[in-house]
Amino acid sequence: MNLTANSFIKFYGSSIGKKVIVALTGLALIGFLLGHMIGNLKIFAGPDKINGYAAWLHSMPSILWIARIGLIVCFVLHIYTTIRLVLENRSAKGNRYVANATVKASGASRAMVWSGIIILSFVIYHILHFTVRVGNDYDGYIDASGRHDVFRMLVDGFSWWPASTFYIISMALLCWHLSHGFASVFQTLGLRTERTWGLIKTIGYAYSLIIFIGNCSIPVSILAGWISY
Amino acid sequence: MKLTLKVWRQHDASSEGKIETYEANDIPQEASFLEMLDIVNNEIIENGGDPIAFDHDCREGICGTCSLTINGVPHGKESAITTCQLHMRKFSDGDTIFIEPFRAKAFPVIRDLVVDRSSFDRIIESGGYVSIRTGSAVDANSMPIQKDTADTAFDAATCIGCGACVAACKNASAMLFVSAKVKHLNSLPQGLPEKDKRVLKMVEQMDKEGFGNCTNQYECEAVCPKSIKSEFISELNRQYATATVKKAIG
Repeated sequence: MNLTANSFIKFYGSSIGKKVIVALTGLALIGFLLGHMIGNLKIFAGPDKINGYAAWLHSMPSILWIARIGLIVCFVLHIYTTIRLVLENRSAKGNRYVANATVKASGASRAMVWSGIIILSFVIYHILHFTVRVGNDYDGYIDASGRHDVFRMLVDGFSWWPASTFYIISMALLCWHLSHGFASVFQTLGLRTERTWGLIKTIGYAYSLIIFIGNCSIPVSILAGWISY
Repeated sequence: MKLTLKVWRQHDASSEGKIETYEANDIPQEASFLEMLDIVNNEIIENGGDPIAFDHDCREGICGTCSLTINGVPHGKESAITTCQLHMRKFSDGDTIFIEPFRAKAFPVIRDLVVDRSSFDRIIESGGYVSIRTGSAVDANSMPIQKDTADTAFDAATCIGCGACVAACKNASAMLFVSAKVKHLNSLPQGLPEKDKRVLKMVEQMDKEGFGNCTNQYECEAVCPKSIKSEFISELNRQYATATVKKAIG
C-alpha cells in the first residue's frame, strides 16, 4: 500500500503525471458536457418533459450528490493541476525571445489558460443562476404537477439578453477550449497513433461544435421567442 | 546581399544580455547561415571587436551542434534542416534578421549564442543506453527484428539532440527529445529488458533538469531538423504511466 501511495505521489509530482491528471479530469468533464446538454435539450419537448427530467434527477439525492461531488473534484483538480503546470512552464522557459514566432501551435492551444479562466467565471455564474438560484425567485416556480418549474425558470433566465449573451460567448470559448482539449486527452494518455490522429482531431472538432450548437440553441430559441410560456 | 543582423550578445551566464545591430554587406547568396556569421565575425575581428560566439561542428546537418533561433524559429523557418544547412538564398536583400540563442532555463547561455546543453547528456546518462556485455560484436542480423520495427526505431534514432524542440517550446519541454530516445531503445529487443526502468529514469532526470511540461502544441515537431514525430511523445506518456502502475503493484 505504501509503495502504491509513494508511486502515486511521485507520479503526480512528475510532468507526465500531472498532465495525465489534467487529461483524465478533462475527459470526465467532456463527458458531463454531453449528458448535461442532452438533458437540457428536453426543453424543446415542452415543460412536462424537462420538469419531469429535473424531478427525476432530484428524486435520487444520494446519486445526484455523488455526481456533483465527483464533478467538483474533477473541476478543482483540473484547474489546480493546470495552475501548477503553468507556473512550472513559465519558470522553465526563463527569458522570452525578442523576436517571437509561432510555427504550428493553434490559437486555441495558446489561449487555453484565458479561455479556461472565462469558463471558470461562467461556471460560477451558471451555478449561482440556475442551481443555487440567487437573486431571483426561481425557487418559487412550481408547475401544475407540483414540481419545480425548470421550463419557466429557463425561459425567464434567458429572456434577459445580457445573460444569454454571456452564455453564448462562454459556450464559444468552451468549445474553443475543447477543440484543443479533446484531442489532447488522447495525446496525453498515449491513446493515439499517426493513423488515428486525423480521426481523433476531427471527432474533437465535431464534438465541440455539437456542444456549442446544442447548448446555444436554448438561449437563442428563447430570445427569438420560439420557446415561451 | 546586404543584411541587418540583430544579434543577442551576452558575455557569460551571469551577465545581462542584449540585442546588438550589425550590418552585413557583400554576403553571397550561396553562403550558409554559419558562413554568413563567419564573414561578419571576420569584419568584427578586423575592426578590433569581439566576435560573435556560436556553436558549430560538422556543418553538414548531422552532428546536432549548431543551434540559433532565427527570427524566432530554432534553425530558421525552413523545415527539417539545421542552421548549417540554411542558406542565405532563402533570405532577401535588405532583410533584418534576429539571431538569438536557444532559450530555456535548462540551457543556460555560456556566451552570446552558445548555450550549455549538457542537461541532455545527463538525461541520456540516466537511461538512454542499453546494458550489454562487451566483447566482440555479434554477427549482424543474428537477432531477427521486424522491418517496420527497425524502421520506426531508426526514425526515432535520427534525433541529433540539438535541442531545437526545447527552444521552440514555449514551456521549454524536452519531451520530443526524450520520447525519441525512449522510442528508439524501447522498440528494439536489445532495449526491452530495461524498458520500464529507462522511461522512469529518463523522465525523472528530465524533470530534475528543469524542463517544462508539454502542452501539446507541437512546435517541437514543426522545427525538428530530423522531423521527429509528436506521436512518440504520446507513446512516452503511455509508457511512463504503464511503468508507474507496474512498479506500484510490484
